[in-house]
Amino acid sequence: MTEWVEVGNIEDIPKLGARVVKTADGDVALFRTTDDDVFALHDECPHKQGPLSQGIVHGKRVTCPLHNWVIELADGKAVAPDQGHTACFPIKLDAGKVILGLKSR
Amino acid sequence: MKEKLVLIGNGMAGVRTLEELLKIAPEKYDITVFGSEPYGNYNRILLSPVLSGEKTIEDIMINDLQWYEDNDIKLLTGKKITTIDRKKRCVIADDGTEASYDRLLLATGSNPFIIPIPGSDLPGVISFRDIHDVDAMLDAAKKYKHVVVIGGGLLGLEAANGLKEQGMDVTVVHLLDTLMERQLDKPAADLLQAALEERGLNFMMQAETAELLGDSRVSGVRFKDGTEIPADLVVMAVGIRPNTELAESAGIYCERGVVINDTMQTYDPNIYAVGECVQHRKETYGLVAPLFDMAKVCANHLAHLGYSRYEGSDISTKLKVTGIDVFSAGDFTGDDSTEDIIVKDAARGVYKKLVLKDDKLQGAVLYGDTIDGSWYFQLLRDGTNVSDIRDSLMFGQGNLGDSGHGGNSVADMSDDMEVCGCNGICKGDVVKAITEQSLFTLDDVRSHTKASSSCGSCTGLVEQILMSTLGNDYSDTPAAKPVCKCTDFSHDVVRQTIRDQKLLSVSAAMKYMEWRNSDGCHVCRPALNYYLLSTWPGESEDDYQSRFINERVHANIQKDGTYSVIPRMWGGLTNPSELRAIADVVDKFAIPEIKVTGGQRIDLLGVKKEDLPNVWGDLNKAGMVSGHAYGKSLRTVKTCVGSEWCRFGTQKSMTMGVELEKMSWGSWTPHKFKMAVSGCPRNCAEATIKDFGVVAVDSGWELHVGGNGGIKVRATDLLCKVTTEEEVKEYCGAFMQVYREEAHYLERTAPWIERVGLSYVKERVVEDAEGRSALHQRFLESQKFSQDDPWAERVEKGVDKHEFVPMKKIGA
Repeated sequence: MTEWVEVGNIEDIPKLGARVVKTADGDVALFRTTDDDVFALHDECPHKQGPLSQGIVHGKRVTCPLHNWVIELADGKAVAPDQGHTACFPIKLDAGKVILGLKSR
Repeated sequence: MKEKLVLIGNGMAGVRTLEELLKIAPEKYDITVFGSEPYGNYNRILLSPVLSGEKTIEDIMINDLQWYEDNDIKLLTGKKITTIDRKKRCVIADDGTEASYDRLLLATGSNPFIIPIPGSDLPGVISFRDIHDVDAMLDAAKKYKHVVVIGGGLLGLEAANGLKEQGMDVTVVHLLDTLMERQLDKPAADLLQAALEERGLNFMMQAETAELLGDSRVSGVRFKDGTEIPADLVVMAVGIRPNTELAESAGIYCERGVVINDTMQTYDPNIYAVGECVQHRKETYGLVAPLFDMAKVCANHLAHLGYSRYEGSDISTKLKVTGIDVFSAGDFTGDDSTEDIIVKDAARGVYKKLVLKDDKLQGAVLYGDTIDGSWYFQLLRDGTNVSDIRDSLMFGQGNLGDSGHGGNSVADMSDDMEVCGCNGICKGDVVKAITEQSLFTLDDVRSHTKASSSCGSCTGLVEQILMSTLGNDYSDTPAAKPVCKCTDFSHDVVRQTIRDQKLLSVSAAMKYMEWRNSDGCHVCRPALNYYLLSTWPGESEDDYQSRFINERVHANIQKDGTYSVIPRMWGGLTNPSELRAIADVVDKFAIPEIKVTGGQRIDLLGVKKEDLPNVWGDLNKAGMVSGHAYGKSLRTVKTCVGSEWCRFGTQKSMTMGVELEKMSWGSWTPHKFKMAVSGCPRNCAEATIKDFGVVAVDSGWELHVGGNGGIKVRATDLLCKVTTEEEVKEYCGAFMQVYREEAHYLERTAPWIERVGLSYVKERVVEDAEGRSALHQRFLESQKFSQDDPWAERVEKGVDKHEFVPMKKIGA
């Protein structure tokens, strides 16, 4: 079951930037692209658990600040030739409100 | 409706062009490929290792049939195009298959040259060009004993070595007295011949073949002087001829090859040509690196981008014979106008010759120790003035500052020896990636293996492994390297455009220069942002999201996601109230570790991100500001105690250090910038490994530049000597400003000075008094916009507040 939680407004996240939502299961990073798409990933790089929320966002990707792995925002997969995968969460946008889908506990 | 592109020739040049085209214009064409061999596209340059048994055919496939399918390319193998109808714009194959085109790409390659002597058409006489030839050789090796290789060039020797490895008795026949005479001079060739003889190869030099003997199969070779030797297999490796037959039959202008212009067009503008079949500016090419350059340009025009030009390729050569290191590049013959530098140590099996003309490297031949081959090649292609480094040029790049890998020869390295100490990558890993993933460039190796992608100190070694694995077909990093994959423009071009067009934001710059990805990537955005800030201080927009996290939050991210905080201590000086404040902050925020840094500062490690503003607030209250230990910026000015205390001191080094730091703090630079001031030539502040080092002497101050104590230890070069403190500051500001205005982003002063030459820096900073003053003024002007304490801005003015608080907490 997915539990939908309103976490704030899209304007709270800078364009090409990220914010963190703290949850009982760890940090979730919310990214906003130039075109105002919002994506949510577990805030850990599959490589050495670097905080992806601190990376540089470009297109629909983020570069991890620790060792420059590039992660796809849409599915959490590392861009080849790196291999790995970080969990992603569904997002709904409703008139500027950002609603994050978490697994209910 | 898509346009139709037809490619004739399914080899490396043509298919590489398609790959480049698909990268930039994947939807533009319906593509049809005609190939005569019944395979996908394979890496022809690795045929030698297949022959010697080090690899199999499967290992060297680049594009299998699946690739063509995945990219919607129609591949027609086993069909030979016999007619190009330029009026109707269609091509016709021998079986009648027709295909019409809007653009046609010829990549028909070359044919081996067969010497027209009696018997050259006998069974058992082959060339060394394709899989078919290799199969024939491997087959012969099982049944026969004697092989004669005609031609002692690169290909001939590789074939000879491979056949020897297969157990055959090999004789190499060469017309001249020098092996590989196009790549080697006599002394190097003699060393090579001796090494190959030791492996059991036989040589017949200055021998002209008159006739191949035999009835149903070749059985021997007869020479002009009448001698005969037995041969069950003859390999002709005496050169290649561009295959122009089809082009000529269609009336396209050909000389030795199909003649093309700088945009890869033949005399028929709808018909392009790339690869070994072409003749460009009178040159023909038989190596892979130039083919790749051509492919890139050709794709650019096929995609209607139209701005790229092929201007010819410099080539370097490397023999692919395991255990023998030979390298050559450029014109090494020399004449009256050139000078030679030669080292020969026959016992060690080392010979090196460098040919200089007008203070530039014109050619190089290396035997036995080729580690600096890629460096020499780079100097040669860049046309670098080497007069400043001439005295140590012969001893290699390592001698300019040992990278920690000095003396390693790739040929001697075992597969389990570590190449990249940062990422733990061994030689075997690199070789495996190069062959299995079909890698050609340093960048390819970096992204696939991570070797040389962190600190970069093993770059020379990785390049050498690339060279020895791929041989002469190693595709060198182009001289003017693009900033990143988002653009084809180099750092210099980007910077000049920002200046000329007065571009003031990252997005405007990317738009004007037609960036491929609309918001760039993590490589180009910080570089663009720096170029904007340094070119238009106060006017350009500092793009926060284009900065690396450390510069965004003014602290250093650590492996666990916490941060380190280093307050500024001017010239390394502190006092009780600062120390108390630091101690209090550590207690209050339970900061786990305190460390004294190499730059004479105190580092607080393990600070949580949300605590940063409060930590800074407390430090600000005690009068401390950001130490910029996180930035591509002025880091620290390290000092010794100088004449204020020291009985040997000649000048007040602490005061000088504090003044320099007050002048330059907060400035953004292409890479980090470190300074030091020593009070006497004992140099306790280690000023001679800093970007800008000052050493006091009794009569004034010595100014040193371009030192580095990190990855690659490099002692500074002496810039000049000055007498007054004001001069020290002016020269310092001017030096920093030239570096800020002209170095590439992420280029430290050491490699920058090696690139532009110390003479150039002296010209700008020392010899031109007016220019120096103007540079210094520009530096001070730019400082007006950068000397706001970023910590105070965040504590007091709430700048970037969103960075330090979570968006929301759920159930935590």
